[in-house]
Amino acid sequence: MRRVLPVAIVALAALFGVALAAAMLELPPHAVRLPDDVAANIAASGVAHPITAVLLNFRGYDTLLEIAVLLLALFGVLALVKPHAARAAHPAHPLLQTLARLLAPLMVLVAGYLLWVGAIAPGGAFQAGAVLAAAGVLLRLAGLLPAWVAPTLLLRVGLALGLLVFVAVAAAVLGHATLLTYPPALAGGLILMVEAALTLSIGLTLAALYLASTEVRP
Amino acid sequence: MSVGLLYALAGAALFAIGLAGLLALPHLLRKILAFNILGSGAFLILVGLGQRDGSVDPVPQAMVLTGIVVAIAATALALALARQLLERTGRMQLPEDRADAETDDA
Repeated sequence: MRRVLPVAIVALAALFGVALAAAMLELPPHAVRLPDDVAANIAASGVAHPITAVLLNFRGYDTLLEIAVLLLALFGVLALVKPHAARAAHPAHPLLQTLARLLAPLMVLVAGYLLWVGAIAPGGAFQAGAVLAAAGVLLRLAGLLPAWVAPTLLLRVGLALGLLVFVAVAAAVLGHATLLTYPPALAGGLILMVEAALTLSIGLTLAALYLASTEVRP
Repeated sequence: MSVGLLYALAGAALFAIGLAGLLALPHLLRKILAFNILGSGAFLILVGLGQRDGSVDPVPQAMVLTGIVVAIAATALALALARQLLERTGRMQLPEDRADAETDDA
């Protein structure tokens, strides 16, 4: 039984993969041309890059729910770690500390650039947030940041800011039309404001997912 | 065959590998890794099929970008839960898997 079951599972999974591949090879050409719709409406979206336009404008509710999911996952992690188990950061090798001190400001700069360039080129809140989070993880590994098992008030505000600003903007434009339909004249500014708040919150949340759960055991 | 379709087919293979790992491997860390491979396969299928006729479709790309962040959050939560289980029971396996192994040993 112990030997037969994995073999059967692998065989079934392989069969499923083959069926999936066969289905993709049989697919008819696109019935709906979404890129054309995006290209036709991009002038009114407030940004020039199609992916950012889809993320923050055409399908803004995806992003809104996503930042909520991210925050919920952090609540789950924070509920699981024991505050008393956290230890102070132990200082790493001086070379790593110096490198982290040099790199962290540069990473903040890169995050700012990615946020700004998202309007016209690949980039945006997620990429910028990921770089911010990487800076936080690097500082933690170098022993320069304490663990975040019990976030302070300021940190909590930062973690929730992205969702709060997004919901506030969504509520403010609700009178104009349907959910998250920005007035074209204001769209660019509103998207940049939402993205700036999202960058900060995504960066802090991703960093906190790591910083809250490190070094629980001695 | 376009490059996009090739990516989608590779995604199907990754999805099958992840599915097999998720179901067949009892160790929770391996299950979480398999879940991530499965998710990467799904992302590759979405992006690959979106550009199988040569032009890039921004809609699946944006959805995958959203999906990646959600997958990271889910992985972090899964890891925290797995470690909680390890601290409470000393094992990195689900109770059902352990029961199966004990029945086989007997």
